Amino acid sequence: MSDVLLQCSGVVKTFGGFTALDQVSVDVKKGERFGLIGPNGSGKTTLINCISGALKNDGGTITFDGTDMAGMAPHQRTRLGICRSFQIPRPFTSMTVLENLAIPFEYVALRGHRHASPDAEAKAVREGAMAILTEMGMADKASAPSSGLTQIELRKLELARAMAAKPKLLISDEAMAGLSNSEVDEILDILFRLNEQHGITIVMIEHIMRAVMRFSQRVVCLDAGKKIAEATPDLIVKDPNVERAYLGE
Amino acid sequence: MKISVFWIGVAVALVVALLTPHVVTNEFYLRTAYTVLQFVVLATAWNILGGYGGYVNFGSAGFFAIGAYSAVFIYKLFPLFQVPDYMIFVMLPLGGVVAAVIGLGTGYLTLRLRGVYFSIATLALAVVLQTLVTNWHFVGGARGASILPPQTVPIFSTWGEFLFVLMAILAIASLAVARYIERSWIGRGLAAIRDNEEAAECMGVPTLKLKLIGCTVSGFLFGVAGAPLPYYVNYIEPVSAFNLVYAVNALAMPMIGGATTWIGPLLGAVVLGTAQEVARVTISSEMNLLIVGVLLVFFVIAAPDGFVGLARKYLGNRKSR
Repeated sequence: MSDVLLQCSGVVKTFGGFTALDQVSVDVKKGERFGLIGPNGSGKTTLINCISGALKNDGGTITFDGTDMAGMAPHQRTRLGICRSFQIPRPFTSMTVLENLAIPFEYVALRGHRHASPDAEAKAVREGAMAILTEMGMADKASAPSSGLTQIELRKLELARAMAAKPKLLISDEAMAGLSNSEVDEILDILFRLNEQHGITIVMIEHIMRAVMRFSQRVVCLDAGKKIAEATPDLIVKDPNVERAYLGE
Repeated sequence: MKISVFWIGVAVALVVALLTPHVVTNEFYLRTAYTVLQFVVLATAWNILGGYGGYVNFGSAGFFAIGAYSAVFIYKLFPLFQVPDYMIFVMLPLGGVVAAVIGLGTGYLTLRLRGVYFSIATLALAVVLQTLVTNWHFVGGARGASILPPQTVPIFSTWGEFLFVLMAILAIASLAVARYIERSWIGRGLAAIRDNEEAAECMGVPTLKLKLIGCTVSGFLFGVAGAPLPYYVNYIEPVSAFNLVYAVNALAMPMIGGATTWIGPLLGAVVLGTAQEVARVTISSEMNLLIVGVLLVFFVIAAPDGFVGLARKYLGNRKSR
């Protein structure tokens, strides 16, 4: 089991009388590209919120890298190595692009590092953040205010900021919704590179089937809070349960 | 370079504060300056949580009055006219610590609330504290307490001079604290919380811890600002100590000055505080809140980033870091 990075077993989440997640068990392996699909309201984002700690699961256990994460606050989970991007971009609007990245850099990646002086620390943050921005092709936007970015730039900033936390597991929550085909390819390239060159495990939640199918090695489909299928991309599209979830009887 | 400029400014301000009582012989001006400096501390205290972290505190008057009533409590421990003059140096930290503890407690209870709900809770806290003090006879209850400062004054020749210098030092110290916080990891984390709390938490910022630090430091500064009040006014009762004027000014001054930097509350407090004091003597004592109200409305509409925002816009340096 040592190759399992994230293990959700029997995760339950209820909102009042509504069961948003019903005994969901999912394993994500180290280095894997993992897809999570399902119709609207099927519990994808709820599951991500339980994993990232924004919500507390009412039942089941979530283990990351051998650590049971019950009762852990989101920022502690980020320090363990889970980082997410948001479905609707949530930049720190009063800051520049570079300063946005400096937050996770300072609070996670460089946490506990002792620097000779505040200037040396600021320099380390700046250089680290610039390296990530360069890789994302956003180096020229480093000192731009984050409030003036275009949609694709905001999506990239979400990913870049998550990367600045040096995660082991990156959760990309609909990072491509509303983008054009060529922009989708651009984000896909970035995610492929993060996975292949940096060895980051990636969980992708996406409605754009073309992207999930191309990207994922394994796909899980949720429907009404239950896991209804788990297979490789080419098999999952033929799964009768998945067809029923998306198209009805 | 910037650092040394600030500390030179601090040194100059300290020297000016110490020399002023020798130059200005009319104590009226010292008392007026005390009021303005007190607002500098209040505005700075409010800004640490409200400006940096985006958590609007309507209960400032409560924390301020806690500082004042901590001093009254110590005063009442002694027989009349028997308070040693150095007791002011006990009242000050006690006022700060009690207000800081209440700040921390309030933080634990209310910081899970967001936005306007937090503000309502702080307003309620002030009302609860006022009710407690009104019914606490040892510190005077609703009748209030007469406070006669000791006959001897530490260091200076009159209490007016002493209190002025004391408040000037408190104002300078609180500005230094605010500036330190602003430029440290705490300030950067609070700014992330202000911009988007969920994102901040997911980016590894311990949001609850930072907000509690903000609440505690803010409460402490409110408390020390309130502690000298009994000696300044000589008669204190709950309605005036918990007056809305303090809460409104503590909030309006940073907003008008510019809430994201330590200079903003200073500018706002000096301009607004002076305007109110001038209006109080020249026009009427009821004019001061009207001035605050009108200016606040104007700034919220025309210059939401305050004086600092206006200066950046017209001087062209968007970032003065």
